[in-house]
Amino acid sequence: MADVFPPDTVRCDACPVLCYIKRGQAGACDRYANLDGQLVRVDPHILLDRAKSLGTPLVPFLEREGEWDGKLMKSRETFVTAIGAGTTYPDYKPAPFIVSSEIEGVDMVTVVTEGIFSYCGVKLKIDTDRFLGPERNLVRAQGEPVGHVTTVEYGSQMLSIGGVHHLTGGTKSEGRVTCETLLDLCNGKEVALTIDDGARITVAAGKPPVVNGQQEERMRVGCGSATIGMFAKQWFGKVDEVVVVDDHITGVLSEHQAGKMLGIPETGIAIHGRRSTPGRYFQVAQPGTGWGGTNISDPLSILKPFKAKIARPNLRLLMVSTTGEHFAYYELDAALRPIEKELPESLKESVARIRENCEPALTTVLFMAGAGGSLRAGVTENPVKLTNSVKRSLTRVTCGGAPAYVWPGGGITFMVDVSRMPENAFGYVPTPALVAPIEFTLKKADYAALGGHVDYVRPLEEVLREKERQRQLSSLPENPWPLEPPESDPRA
Amino acid sequence: MREPATVRLLPDGHRLHLNDGPIDLIVDADGTPDAIRGAYEAAARRFVNILDELCGELPLLRAQASFRSPRPQGPIARCMADAVAPYRNRCFVTPMAAVAGAVAEAVLASMTKAANLDRVYVNNGGDIALHLAPGNSYRIGMVERPDHPSLFGSFEISAATPVRGVATSGWRGRSFSLGIADAVTVLASAAAQADAAATIIANAVNLPSHPAITRIPAREIAPESDLGDIPVTRAVGQLRPPEVDEALSRGERVAEELREQGLIFAAALCVQGVVHIVQSPLAIPPPLCGDGLLSLSANADDGETSVASRSLQHA
Repeated sequence: MADVFPPDTVRCDACPVLCYIKRGQAGACDRYANLDGQLVRVDPHILLDRAKSLGTPLVPFLEREGEWDGKLMKSRETFVTAIGAGTTYPDYKPAPFIVSSEIEGVDMVTVVTEGIFSYCGVKLKIDTDRFLGPERNLVRAQGEPVGHVTTVEYGSQMLSIGGVHHLTGGTKSEGRVTCETLLDLCNGKEVALTIDDGARITVAAGKPPVVNGQQEERMRVGCGSATIGMFAKQWFGKVDEVVVVDDHITGVLSEHQAGKMLGIPETGIAIHGRRSTPGRYFQVAQPGTGWGGTNISDPLSILKPFKAKIARPNLRLLMVSTTGEHFAYYELDAALRPIEKELPESLKESVARIRENCEPALTTVLFMAGAGGSLRAGVTENPVKLTNSVKRSLTRVTCGGAPAYVWPGGGITFMVDVSRMPENAFGYVPTPALVAPIEFTLKKADYAALGGHVDYVRPLEEVLREKERQRQLSSLPENPWPLEPPESDPRA
Repeated sequence: MREPATVRLLPDGHRLHLNDGPIDLIVDADGTPDAIRGAYEAAARRFVNILDELCGELPLLRAQASFRSPRPQGPIARCMADAVAPYRNRCFVTPMAAVAGAVAEAVLASMTKAANLDRVYVNNGGDIALHLAPGNSYRIGMVERPDHPSLFGSFEISAATPVRGVATSGWRGRSFSLGIADAVTVLASAAAQADAAATIIANAVNLPSHPAITRIPAREIAPESDLGDIPVTRAVGQLRPPEVDEALSRGERVAEELREQGLIFAAALCVQGVVHIVQSPLAIPPPLCGDGLLSLSANADDGETSVASRSLQHA
């Protein structure tokens, strides 16, 4: 019978159902799956395994069985995350897992729970110089308002998505769509957003953003003025004038300090926009998705006629955007009009170098939430003591093993980079609210001192023994090991 | 290699967890400590033979149920065949549509035979068999999306009602569905009946050939699925409110019909957050109430929500 199925179908013999499992699918139990032709276990409760290499996030079960039958993994090599741990709300009872392990002679406790967060959202950093929309305008998903445009940062546009007002303060549909959008963004899925009076974007954590159907590839190397500074020497002698078109500051080589230092003579060029300091112009055009984050498609539209007293025929002019994606080369004719010509070989390299120096444009997603009273009550009988312990850096906060930044001030409001967390770490409840893993790690003695549920502390070995509901993942190499963070992390 | 069945107490020291291959049961019994111990031992003894017993006649249980189907041998298999028999004329159905409920019933029966208990539930992935001695009751939460367990409502079943089976079916669940219901929860006299009915009603909650619904022949996902080449629902896009209502009313008509035939007592149908309830107009108090209970999940006091009775939420 097996031969009627594709060759990469596997037959699972873990139970008498003997499922044939196709590639990428799970068996009837949902606990064994076919990953690239190999039978693996895919259980819900995730343990981070420090020893495994990054390339094999799911552990082939035969290999694992061998390991587990031999001896238990050394405590310090395994960290129990809160993903799939469950939650206690509203029972105000101890968190689902309170795990102890010994780290270099010190008893450590990790309190593991899944928090339900209505006060939560994500901050999106979208690497683009294209205009996404006016600050404060609404960001929509499926037509529903789910967030707003906040500040422009260096080479990036920030969006705020979610927050309690969108989740629970608007219509039911607004709340539901906001929750879905957050869930997808946090789980690394692609999300389509529109911005009022702005762009249509498609974003996913760790992937290049797509703006109005066009995929962003690179961040600008610097503003137009900085680009002039960086490349002036490379242009010297090969071209008479360079304009680096940028929505923020457009740079002009001959007027710029860098050009003056090289003794580049005036060219009679005249630029639209507001002159800031020599060779630096604000507002040469409107923001948009054209050249250098402006709305222009014809770079000449930012030039006024050349000054006849200074300019001369055959003057060579390069116009380039801050990412090197757009460029055009002109020479002035007898009437001092720029005529487009093919880019000379000698200039191709500098344009290519601008492009090379632009980092890959990405969307990054930081999940931000506040741990409420009952979540903290799952850790200790006296929740404010947990807050204080976190503030004093005695307690470390991680989300699915990824380091969390805890905001100064009251409460436990934290941010975490979702791409440093295991896949599909987030869930939701239809309140609507997001379910996110959160772990608190501290010394056992400190845990007792802050009124922790010490009676519920279980040794790591005991938790690991319940292996049928667990899944082992490699820890990401860029994350500090949650039980033993590097010295350089001041919050550790 | 055949993994042995596992039998263990959950960390709470009270509930029993039974697992064998795809069968995963959470059992909880209330009574005297001796009665509970006796019942748990009986459950374990019965449980360890179930999967092999079922797999012995798997081809028959995966085949379309008809008048000509041979009678299965095993008691659980017979319970499954009986539970789907009322539907074999109206649509494609196999005894597998009632497997989860029938297994829950069998384990429950072994326990109540072994000991006198106040109350027991056997929860087989959301298909639940109940025992209630007079004066006892259970409060049960309903789940909309099994992948993100959370309540869309809850209800109470007391010994005075005839309900002893609860089951949930939907396209997001572990089993395939032909429909687009996120969840259909059914109350019936026994778990196998509830299981079969939930499957039939969830299949009926549908919008045939709607472009936002992705369907794939069952066999392409699970080569040996009892559904063969029948397309099953894999994704449902955002629907407009009138479309949600249309899908729900198709399911409601079937649920109402089954209720009038006495096959079920009540059903709650959920599509994209909208819940429709089917129950007897005479039921006092109504076992299911939609709106009042929905508020349960909407009154987050400090930003969190209720997920009570989690053990009963598997859908």
